[in-house]
Amino acid sequence: MNVPKMADMMAQGKQPEVLFWVGAAGSYDDRAKKISRAFVKILHQANVDFAVLGVEESSTGDAAKRAGNEFLFQMQAMMNIEVLNGYEVKKIVTCDPHSFNTLKNEYPSLGGKYEVFHHTQFIQNLISEGRLKIDDTNLKGKRVTFHDPCYLGRANEVYESPRDLIRRLGVNLTEMKRSKETALCCGAGGAQMFKDAEKGDKEINVLRTEEALKTNPQIIATGCPYCNTMMTDGIKFKEKEDSVIVRDIAELIAEANNL
Amino acid sequence: MQYLPNILFAIILAVGIGFFVMNVRKLSRNIKLGKDVDRTDNKSERLKNMLMIAIGQSKMVKRPLSGLLHIVVYIGFIIINIEVLEIIIDGLLGTHRVFQGIIGDGFYAFLIGTFEILAALVFVAVIIFWLRRNVANIKRFLNRELKGWPKNDANYIIYFEIVLMSLFIVMNATDVPFQQAGIGNPISQFVAPLFDGFTPETIHTVERTAWWLHIGGILIFLNYLYYSKHLHILLAFPNTYFANLKPKGQFNNLESVTNEVKLMMDPDADPYAMPAEGEEEAVPEKFGASDVADLSWVQLLNAYTCTECGRCTSACPANLTGKKLSPRKIMMDTRDRLEEVGRNIDANKGTFVDDGKQLLNDYILEEELWACTSCNACVEECPVNIDPLSIIMDMRRYLVMEKSAAPQELNMMMTNIENNGAPWAYNQQDRLNWANEE
Ligand code: SF4
Ligand code: SF4
Repeated sequence: MNVPKMADMMAQGKQPEVLFWVGAAGSYDDRAKKISRAFVKILHQANVDFAVLGVEESSTGDAAKRAGNEFLFQMQAMMNIEVLNGYEVKKIVTCDPHSFNTLKNEYPSLGGKYEVFHHTQFIQNLISEGRLKIDDTNLKGKRVTFHDPCYLGRANEVYESPRDLIRRLGVNLTEMKRSKETALCCGAGGAQMFKDAEKGDKEINVLRTEEALKTNPQIIATGCPYCNTMMTDGIKFKEKEDSVIVRDIAELIAEANNL
Repeated sequence: MQYLPNILFAIILAVGIGFFVMNVRKLSRNIKLGKDVDRTDNKSERLKNMLMIAIGQSKMVKRPLSGLLHIVVYIGFIIINIEVLEIIIDGLLGTHRVFQGIIGDGFYAFLIGTFEILAALVFVAVIIFWLRRNVANIKRFLNRELKGWPKNDANYIIYFEIVLMSLFIVMNATDVPFQQAGIGNPISQFVAPLFDGFTPETIHTVERTAWWLHIGGILIFLNYLYYSKHLHILLAFPNTYFANLKPKGQFNNLESVTNEVKLMMDPDADPYAMPAEGEEEAVPEKFGASDVADLSWVQLLNAYTCTECGRCTSACPANLTGKKLSPRKIMMDTRDRLEEVGRNIDANKGTFVDDGKQLLNDYILEEELWACTSCNACVEECPVNIDPLSIIMDMRRYLVMEKSAAPQELNMMMTNIENNGAPWAYNQQDRLNWANEE
C-alpha cells in the first residue's frame, strides 16, 4: 500500500495537502491497523495528497495526560510539535478521537497550532467538495447503530459528521437510548484502556454493548479505534459475533465503495 | 409602645441579615483559599450561559419531570420575594399591605392571586419531591453518599417550603378585609371558612402570628442556606457565569510543568545554574491536588454550588457499573473538607493549622479516582455546570507526579510511551508496518 512519508516529500521539496496522524493504536493494534488502511484507501480514491510521519510519529501523550502524568504528556507534545512544525504542517487528519482532541485543543498553547480533522469530518468535506462519492447500494438496508466516542462527541461536540456519513451508506441508522451528548463511554478513555477496571459489578464495555444490542443492529459503527476494540470485546462477551459486526465508519465506506 | 412591633421587627431583620452576611463572608473567604484562575474573558458568552442555565433552567428540563417541578418551585421562590418585600416594608413602617395602596386594588389582587396559585403549585411540587426522595426507589437518591445529613437536609427544605407556603395562605385567609374584598384570593378563600366560628380577635391573632412566622421562617431559611445544599439557589448564578467555556476535552496544560519540560529539553540549559541575582529561590510548586487549597477557586465554588442532585452520578459509566466512583461524592467530599478547613481557620485566629488530614484518602479514595474514564458525562449532565472531572484529574496528577502512585499497569504504559513513543512495548521503528501488511 502506498503511504507517502513526510520525510520523502520534504526531500522532493513537496508539501502534501494534509498530514495523516495515524496514532499509536492505528499503527500497532491489529484491529486498528485495518482502520488505518481503510482510511488510506479512501484517501487514494479521492486523490488526496497526504503523507504520514511514519517512524517520526510518537504518542501524542493523551493517555499519559489523562493518567495524570503532565510531565510525560508535555514532553511528548513538545517533541511532536518540533517535528510537525519542522515540516510546516498546517492540516492534520486522524482516525483517533483522542489524538484529535489533544492535537486540536491541547497542543496550541504549547506551540502547535494546526487545523485538525477527525476522519469523518475530513471525508465529509471530500464529499461536499465533490472529490468522493459513497456507493449507497452495497450496504443498503443494513441495520446500523452508531456509538459516539466521548472524545469526539461530548469533548468536542462533533455529533453530525459521523451520522451524515452513515446515512450516505444507504443504511438504516437507529439511535441507542443514550446517544450524542448522553452517550455512554465505551470504558477505554482516561487511560482505562491500559489497566484493569476497578472493582464493580460489570464491565463498562459490556453495558454499552448491551445498550447497542437493544437496537437490534447488524452493524455497530464506531469512529474510534479504542471504542472499536471495546465494542468488539463486548460482542464477543455476549457471544453475538455471528450476527453483529463492529466496524469503523472508514471501513464501512471502503467496503461500500469496494475498495 | 405602639412602635414596639416595628422595633422588634427591625431587630429580627437586622440579626437575620447580619448572620447571613457573616456567613457569606466566610463562604467567600473559603472559596478564595483556592488557586487563582482567570475567568474574566468572554463576558457576553458567560452572561449568556448564566441567563440560559441559571435563570432559564435550560439544563434542568433535560429531565422533564424533575425539571418541570423544579421550575415551579423556582418561579414560586422568585415571585414570593415581591411578597417578602412588602412584608418587610409593612413590618418596618407599621403599614398593612402597603403595595395595595401604591399599585391599586386590581393589579394588587392579580399579583397576590398569582402568588397564591404558585404557592399551591409549590405545595404540590414539593410533596412530589418528597415522595420521589423517600418513597419511589430512584437510584440516584439512594447512593451511599446521600445517607444521613444530605438526605435529611433535602427533606428539611421540603418541610420548610410546606410550612412557609401554608403560612402564606393562612395569613391571607385570616386577613378579613382582604377576604371581604374577594379578589386575589383564589386559594385562600377555600381556607378562610375554616376560621368561621372564631372571634375577630382570634382571627386577627392568627393572621399576625402567621405573618410573623412567615417572615421569621424566611430569615431562618436564609441562614440555613449556608449549611445546606440549597446554597445553589444563590451560587448557581456565579457558578454558571464562571464555568469553563473551552471544549470539554481540553484539559489545562500545567504551566509549572511547561517551564520544567522546556528546561529539560533545552540542550543549552545548565541544570546546576544558580538562580539569578535578586530572583528568589522559588518554592517548587506542588503538582496536582491533594487538598482543597490545591484546587482552584472555581472548583471550590463548584463544591459549594453542588445541589447533590446526583444527575452526574446517574450518568457516570463507572458508577453505573458498580464502581466506587461517584462524581457527586467527589463534589460533596470537596465541600465537606473545605468546611472543615474553614472551621480550622476560624478556630485558629485566621490561619490554617495542620490537622493531619487532607482531601485525598481522608475523603476521596484513590480507587475512586482511578475508576474515571474522563468521559465528561458528569460535566454534561450537571444542571449548574459543575466540573467534577477537573478535580479528579488534578488529584490524579498529584498521585502520579508527586507520589508516583499510579496503578502498576499505568506505570508500564507510561514507561512504554517514554521509551517507545507508544503505550505498548512496540519498537518505534515498526511504526509504519501497518502500511505493508494485509
Ligand atoms: S468523567 Fe469520570 S466521573 Fe465523570 S461521568 Fe465520566 S467516568 Fe464518571
Ligand atoms: S455536580 Fe451537578 S449534577 Fe452532580 S450532584 Fe452536584 S449539582 Fe448535581
